[in-house]
Amino acid sequence: MTVGIVGYGAYIPRYRIRVEEIAKVWGADAPSYQKGLQLREKAVPAPDQDVITMSVEAGRNALARAREISPRDIGAVYVGSESPPYAVKPSGTVVATALDIGPAVHVADFEFACKAGSEAMYVCASQARAGDIKYGLAIGADTSQGAPGDALEYSAAAGAAAFIMGGDLLIATMEDQFSYTSDTPDFWRREYMHYPQHAGRFTGEPAYFKHVMGASQALLEKTGKKPKDFDFAVFHQPNGKFPMLAGKKLGFAREQLETGWLAPTLGNTYSGASPLGLTAILDVAKPGNTIFMCSFGSGAGSDAFVWKVTDRIDQVRDRAIGTRAMLEDRPIYLQYGEYAKFRRKIRKG
Amino acid sequence: MRDVAVVGIGLNDRWGELWEVSLRDLVVQAALAAIKDAGVDHVDSMYVGCMSSGLFTGQEHLGALMADYLGQAPVPATRVESACASGGVAVRQGFIEVAGGLADIVLVAGVEKMTDVTGDRATYALGTAADEEWEAFNGATFPGLYAMMAVAHMARYGTTCEQMACVAVKNHENAMKNPVAQYHDRITVAGVLDSVMVADPLHILDCSPITDGAAALILTTPELAKKLKRPDVRIIGTGQASDTIALHSREDLTALDAVTRSAGAAYNMANKKPRDIDLCEVHDCFTIAEIMVTEALGLVEKGKGGPAVAAGETAPGGRIPVNVSGGLKAKGHPVGATGVAQVAEIVAQLRQSAGDRQIEKARLGLAQTMGGTGASSVVHILEAK
Amino acid sequence: MSTAGSWREYPQRYRYEAAVCDKCGKWHFPPRLVCDGCRNETFTRKAMRRTGKILTHTVIHMPPAAFKDESPYAVAIIEMDDGPRITTQVVGIAPGELKIGQRVRLEFRRVQADGEAGTILYGYKAVVV
Repeated sequence: MTVGIVGYGAYIPRYRIRVEEIAKVWGADAPSYQKGLQLREKAVPAPDQDVITMSVEAGRNALARAREISPRDIGAVYVGSESPPYAVKPSGTVVATALDIGPAVHVADFEFACKAGSEAMYVCASQARAGDIKYGLAIGADTSQGAPGDALEYSAAAGAAAFIMGGDLLIATMEDQFSYTSDTPDFWRREYMHYPQHAGRFTGEPAYFKHVMGASQALLEKTGKKPKDFDFAVFHQPNGKFPMLAGKKLGFAREQLETGWLAPTLGNTYSGASPLGLTAILDVAKPGNTIFMCSFGSGAGSDAFVWKVTDRIDQVRDRAIGTRAMLEDRPIYLQYGEYAKFRRKIRKG
Repeated sequence: MRDVAVVGIGLNDRWGELWEVSLRDLVVQAALAAIKDAGVDHVDSMYVGCMSSGLFTGQEHLGALMADYLGQAPVPATRVESACASGGVAVRQGFIEVAGGLADIVLVAGVEKMTDVTGDRATYALGTAADEEWEAFNGATFPGLYAMMAVAHMARYGTTCEQMACVAVKNHENAMKNPVAQYHDRITVAGVLDSVMVADPLHILDCSPITDGAAALILTTPELAKKLKRPDVRIIGTGQASDTIALHSREDLTALDAVTRSAGAAYNMANKKPRDIDLCEVHDCFTIAEIMVTEALGLVEKGKGGPAVAAGETAPGGRIPVNVSGGLKAKGHPVGATGVAQVAEIVAQLRQSAGDRQIEKARLGLAQTMGGTGASSVVHILEAK
Repeated sequence: MSTAGSWREYPQRYRYEAAVCDKCGKWHFPPRLVCDGCRNETFTRKAMRRTGKILTHTVIHMPPAAFKDESPYAVAIIEMDDGPRITTQVVGIAPGELKIGQRVRLEFRRVQADGEAGTILYGYKAVVV
């Protein structure tokens, strides 16, 4: 049975902070981030936003694009995130209830660093293909934190992407899929710690590139396709540099990568990173277009997908706001002090 | 129905931030003053208006508490609550009991002890006068709700911040002559507009303060008043009305329908018209409230409350003196006590015993108090016989 | 607001569910047992559309404890397109930019939290469209 995406929606908060604003406070070299990692600014969640609120809004946009189905037909809700508001109490239950899904629904929260969103998509698609559910809602959302002054502070951003997966009313079919995983201690956060830690340059070759390349090459081989056969490609984007480098190594051209390349002005939305790249692509893709996608989650693993856009995309695309429209709509720039207050980085007791 | 006279009035010594005085001492001080003023040796029944002794001090069951501490137990004692109109509604309940013939001598007290909690907590407690779940929960504060009425009133009628500030300036000037008042300082329009913003456009000096205080009255029949040799000042009209709990449910965000209705009922009962009133004490919890109340009472034309106060029409020497006591703004606003103290001021004026504050030839006075953003309102009209 | 009290209101806080009077058609938000238009006691539940317009507004500079970190914040009375009026915060806007008549849309947001360890109470806030 062919399964794929029935509806999609994005949500990006309105606040921003520029790389030079952060660098100024910590006496760091802004150009290293701007030119080196190709990061200019990132999205910051307001104090009243979190993974749940963004997931609900992204979910509303996805349901708008899939308005032919009833929320009551959604049999699974999975929210993938590494920054859920509760350590114990699933984000998915709030999202389901807010979207009027259930109570006959299976809900679970997923965690796998930055790829919790893509795996939610994979699991929903699999359940739909098995006939266990009619439709499933898969969300990748994060409001991740970087430790103050740490390299990750320049990129840790907030955003959410929601996908309704199913077997009919498809706007994009899941042509094929491959997951590649191995225990790799590149980036982690122990319980009760506020900020994650990372292993510096180890996060590059042995982690990001090994798994992105591993999953992507395996999927290309499995499908028998070449990079030039695809119209679009999107990779996990922890900064602007890595996805471009991965794409180039695999043989993709810059033009294929640009549409889904959001990190320079969005930052790294972790579980939302490649999923939001995908929503940005779906916002402009045409029927028949093929999309190569590969996520990456530290720990580590990658989920690679091949999507093929159907005729139906033209009917649903404009039913909700587009990804870049949200990225560019009236951003509000913060100074570091406001940003630190918003992100609760200032100790009060 | 019998006629009702007010033969005793009393307040505790001073209204303000009274660290040394407890809730029970406050109300007993005021009650004793009223009892002594009346010259009665007992009461048949008592009422105490108090908005939220529970949230401010953890104490409920104030009726029994007051009866006990006055040494008047086992007299029936009733706590009355209607948010900021608690005191006024208590007066009305006392009036009804005497008028209905169920009691001959009734003590009506009002009290609020607000300063034992922090400012945040006081703001929260006052917010319970609004719609807790659908206004306060979402972040609206009490000043915020009145600020929204001000914005609507300004947009529709052109009322200005300067006009609103005139209310505060007038009431502070008036309070200079009121020894009990919380504030004895003159302020200016510029000073009001410069003071810290609370909820745009209301500055801190547009807002009545947090106050500890109490007031009390003794109500009885005119016959008993004569026996007690007290001046014959009677409540000749009383009216009470309700409106939607939430401001957003009101028909007209610039009007106070409950005030208009309660005043209408009181005017009818007293067989008087707005133009007959010599002076009034009204509920200036915020400057905009006084402006809107004078319109709702029919004392000024709708929409003209701002220009009226700016032109001095409601000053002591003006056409219709409003809040010669200093009002809630300068006299203070111990919530439950306010409605009772307003009547006490009118009675003093009608007895011609208001000292420096005396409005000459005051014969007919009106007291109005309201709860929340106008969800309840009670009006009393008093006459010197 | 208690956890149970908030939970009870999820249909309203999360999904804007109103009660439409079967007799006179008036929308009630939150739902009531008695129509305040015609006193009828039967209703049909319907979710309100998320859009409306600002009738009046203010900016709160002295918040209660629950909203301390957000000060100053905007609050408005909004007339929803389906009729009911609500009071809620307006977010993502500079306070001076609020205008009577402005079109807004409700978004899902955190409204209050019971300290650092208690439950998070979600609900609606308005964003300018």
